[in-house]
Amino acid sequence: MGKYRVVHYLNQFFAEIGGEEKVNIPPLVKEGAIGPGRILQQALGEEWEIVATVICGDSYFAENIEEASAKVVELISSYQPDVFVAGPAFNAGRYGVACGASCSAVGKKLGIPVVTGMYKENPGLDIYRKEVYITPTSNSARRMKDDIPAVASLLRKLGLGQEIGSPQEEGYFPRGLRVNRFVDRTGAERAVDMLLLKLKGEPFQTEYSMPTFERIPPSPPIGDLRSATIALVTSGGIVPRGNPDRIESASASKFAGYDIAGLDALTPAAYETVHGGYDPVYANEDPDRVLPLDAMRALEKDGTIGKLYDRYYVTVGNATSVANSERFGKAIAAELKSAGVGGVILTST
Amino acid sequence: MKEIDRAGLPVVHVAAIVPISLAVGANRIVPAVAIPHPLGNPALPKDEERQLRLNLVKKALQALQVEVEEQTVFEE
Repeated sequence: MGKYRVVHYLNQFFAEIGGEEKVNIPPLVKEGAIGPGRILQQALGEEWEIVATVICGDSYFAENIEEASAKVVELISSYQPDVFVAGPAFNAGRYGVACGASCSAVGKKLGIPVVTGMYKENPGLDIYRKEVYITPTSNSARRMKDDIPAVASLLRKLGLGQEIGSPQEEGYFPRGLRVNRFVDRTGAERAVDMLLLKLKGEPFQTEYSMPTFERIPPSPPIGDLRSATIALVTSGGIVPRGNPDRIESASASKFAGYDIAGLDALTPAAYETVHGGYDPVYANEDPDRVLPLDAMRALEKDGTIGKLYDRYYVTVGNATSVANSERFGKAIAAELKSAGVGGVILTST
Repeated sequence: MKEIDRAGLPVVHVAAIVPISLAVGANRIVPAVAIPHPLGNPALPKDEERQLRLNLVKKALQALQVEVEEQTVFEE
């Protein structure tokens, strides 16, 4: 009997094609395993063969999700894969979206098992977890060797058509499915057991966890724009040249506020981006492309808005943790409120 | 962004990748141009690019003046 055929998805970086200068390449396919695929090949064992690797630039995929997914399906179908695997994407947001979307499309169109891996804060997780088996990984590719075996073991089980247990048993992110099964004790008895454990302060396992992604009720709209002060905030890393507060280009630990009173536009001589993970050429040529100071100033002058707030706030959104982002957001919100700002435009790259 | 909304300040997310903005929970979303230049397009002549940015900012300001009940993407 022949080997099980595996096709692997990677981004331009892990496929060793290039870094940020190659993020716009459209999907292409290469024979055999590349980079992380070699580790995956070892973990899968001899009965499995990575016959091809499909590759796409992160920005190309994230900006053309439907088209790129369709192209991935088209490119790999001639390889007749038995299973499809993507990444893992760790905490890379665009890559996570690409891994989730390509798995979802391949699963639907080719009807084969699909698996990917991500860090728990990757935005791709919540978009695709219902359609795709996603195993938890660390937040950095430094742990690639530790994270791949879980991907491989789930992929093997799915490929062999073995029964897949609960997320806790198998080690994948819950997909929000409810599975009926027979148990000895009624729901009432089990609920009382859980309640007693909770009262005693002991650990217990819920049978139906509530979604944890918190939603905030939308704030009421601005009444009269012509008398309102509007502030600009960005996660795109636009800072005064030289980055005086040393905001990190990834996994930011801080934000900063800078004075823009009297400025009509952001010049490349005075401002730059420190955001890692995207091609900085366009933002450095004209920082207004990320933080639209020139447009806001024009609208202030013609009376569309009452005032542009004298400071803007900036951090870097690249792989920055949810906890840090919440902390920055609280502090920025408090400053804006006390300054009487009426509304905020937040731009993200 | 959610913390700004939580504080009762209306905030609009001008975002290059709308699915990510939706996943993280933005309530008012205006789709941007592209990741490395969300409010610009280097392929356009300077004055047309400025007009594009002005239009995007106007759309964002408009979103701040609309009452929304749930996550809303302000398309063209």
